[in-house]
Amino acid sequence: MEKRVTFKGKKLPLLLILPQVIITAVFFFWPAGQAIYQSAFIPDPFGLKSQFVGFDNFTFLLSDKYYLAAFTTTAIFSSLVTVVSMGVALWLALMADRIIKGSSAYRTLLIWPYAVAPAVAGVLWLFLFSPNIGLASWYLEKLGYQWNHTLNGGEAMGLVVLASAWGRISYNFLFFLAGLQAIPKSVIEAAAIDGAHFWRRFWTIVFPLLSPTTFFLLVVNIVYAFFETFGVIHTITSGGPQQSTTILVYKVFSDGFVGQDLGSSAAQSVILLLVVGLLTILQFKFIERRVHY
Amino acid sequence: MRRLILCAGLAAAMAATATPATAATEIQWWHAFTGRLGELLAEQVEKFNASQSDYTVVASHKGNYSETLNAGIAAFRAGEQPHLLMVFEVGTATMMGAKGAIKPAYEVLEQSGAEFDPDGYLGAVKGYYTTPAGDMLSLPYNSSTPVLYVNRNAFSDAGMDPDMDLSTWEQVDEALDKLKAAGSDCPLTTAWQSWVHLENLSAYHNVPFSTKDNGFTALDTELAFNGPLQVAHIGAMGEWAKDGKFFYAGRRNEGGANFRAGECALFTESSAGYAGVKKEAQFDFDIRPLPYWSSAEGAPQNTIIGGSSLWVMEGHEADEYKGVGEFLSFLSTADIQAKWHQDTGYLPITTAAYEQTQSEGFYDENPGTDIAIIQMTGKETTPNSKGLRLGSFDQIRGLIDEELEGVWAGDKSAQEALDSAVERGNKLLRRFEQANR
Repeated sequence: MEKRVTFKGKKLPLLLILPQVIITAVFFFWPAGQAIYQSAFIPDPFGLKSQFVGFDNFTFLLSDKYYLAAFTTTAIFSSLVTVVSMGVALWLALMADRIIKGSSAYRTLLIWPYAVAPAVAGVLWLFLFSPNIGLASWYLEKLGYQWNHTLNGGEAMGLVVLASAWGRISYNFLFFLAGLQAIPKSVIEAAAIDGAHFWRRFWTIVFPLLSPTTFFLLVVNIVYAFFETFGVIHTITSGGPQQSTTILVYKVFSDGFVGQDLGSSAAQSVILLLVVGLLTILQFKFIERRVHY
Repeated sequence: MRRLILCAGLAAAMAATATPATAATEIQWWHAFTGRLGELLAEQVEKFNASQSDYTVVASHKGNYSETLNAGIAAFRAGEQPHLLMVFEVGTATMMGAKGAIKPAYEVLEQSGAEFDPDGYLGAVKGYYTTPAGDMLSLPYNSSTPVLYVNRNAFSDAGMDPDMDLSTWEQVDEALDKLKAAGSDCPLTTAWQSWVHLENLSAYHNVPFSTKDNGFTALDTELAFNGPLQVAHIGAMGEWAKDGKFFYAGRRNEGGANFRAGECALFTESSAGYAGVKKEAQFDFDIRPLPYWSSAEGAPQNTIIGGSSLWVMEGHEADEYKGVGEFLSFLSTADIQAKWHQDTGYLPITTAAYEQTQSEGFYDENPGTDIAIIQMTGKETTPNSKGLRLGSFDQIRGLIDEELEGVWAGDKSAQEALDSAVERGNKLLRRFEQANR
């Protein structure tokens, strides 16, 4: 018995979606089209001349084993950032949801890190973990652990994941908390009366009811890890040591703006576009089925 | 009534646009300096503007070196380019390749009628920016060269003579052994590893960094820094890293923080790092020439520079270029250069400025500050020691960093790492060649 409100003519609905269409066209379709067009050329940086090379930029990339390695790095990095930032945020939200006294103070404090720009967050973490002289690495050394993320790829990866996930925890926290508060208390209380303890209630009632929020955050966080983390990587590791923290989007930046190789950079943007598009389709196709709205 | 207001408005607008034409001609200069260097740069501009009334130089900060270069490139594409653009030394080949975007500095200087003596500039400094025929394409602005900083207290604490001879890497090797044995956590660290330990190492020992005279004579240059000398040096440093005698702190000048905090005994860094060390170090320090391998024939040759130069961009009026020429000539005067050299630790670009600084007694009061110049100008430059001119060089440095990290971590041998860096770098050079054909 679904009720649908429909428009009579076609003009008004078209007019109403027009602003959104224009924004999408100007800020998405046009640049994306430009990237696809440019990926078939090798231009010089100043735009004085440009050669058509067809798919050469793509074959150059796909024959480069370091470019292919960046796919694996990106997969590891994005999964870690997503899992860490969502896991910690969910745990914090669960705890904050149970607090009665001073809950608003806790919430405000937990939201703060979101206001810190990624590059600034990068610098903060870099100071903390700077080999030998950083506060955190100094304590680690006291404990007998020699921290040097400039040489150890695993440590470097850990550090950029931590720095990227840190600010993101606040954002996820907000959504999880709102999601938790939208779950009817009566259901949980009924379960409690039946004798279900906290974790039982969480797994069988809260988590499934939270799934729309979780799914939304999963999509948003993966997109974040793919595209918006390059500020952190740029300030902390510049993609090193060796290439252990070079993710795809960082390579787009470094080839385009450090190497002035705009053709290769455009080709990489196109590949990245395809990968993220595909990933989002997969998520909607397979994970969304398990979501209860 | 409305029409009257419109007319008045138009007249006012015309008057407003007409005013600057009668005033001084504006010259835009985009640069990458902030802080103390930014202040000193602004001071030079003020002096020039006050010294005459025909031209006004307007200096704008556009971010770090890479960002400034990108801003200049984007502006050129939009037809909004400045007259002068500061470009770091690794961007030299990119700028040279952009015929139609740049105007050679020597042409601008000659045509402006301003005072210009090509022979007055220090060969080792201007060489980086000249054609093989010796024509100066851009004006060197800030130039430095790597030297060795010694923490004298660290030597005394280890029971060693702080005045011990450290001119060769063999002697440094012995010193590192003793420092390590005495319990030092950081006997040696470095800044800018590719610049100091490969680019300058090659020039200093008169071996090629890349073919075709380090890229000066042709675009189809190929990297050649996987020769026996470079492999031996990187191999030795890899051993030191393994034994805890060389501490790697990062790709840029992160090691500076460790040295200035007194943790490290020896530090290879730009001569321009002097001001920072002098300000922060709570210990006695020395500046020494960069060490060389005494086993290598012909060493030491001369070291090469790092820093930036000013490029004149195409697409402006003739009278504006006249002003640019005047300004470049002003920047080259001995007074301006001597002050810049003494305030910053960068090299003076002219012989006159060097001699003036000498006669003012600056080197006697600040021992070690002339070592960089002596090290650069001690010998006539060779095709291997004039500088480097490679496309995509900023990125090549990045992949050299990656490969060297492999050696310091003990994952790769020096030969493997350098071979791989050469192979990967050559691919980038071929892309650059294709784009600039």
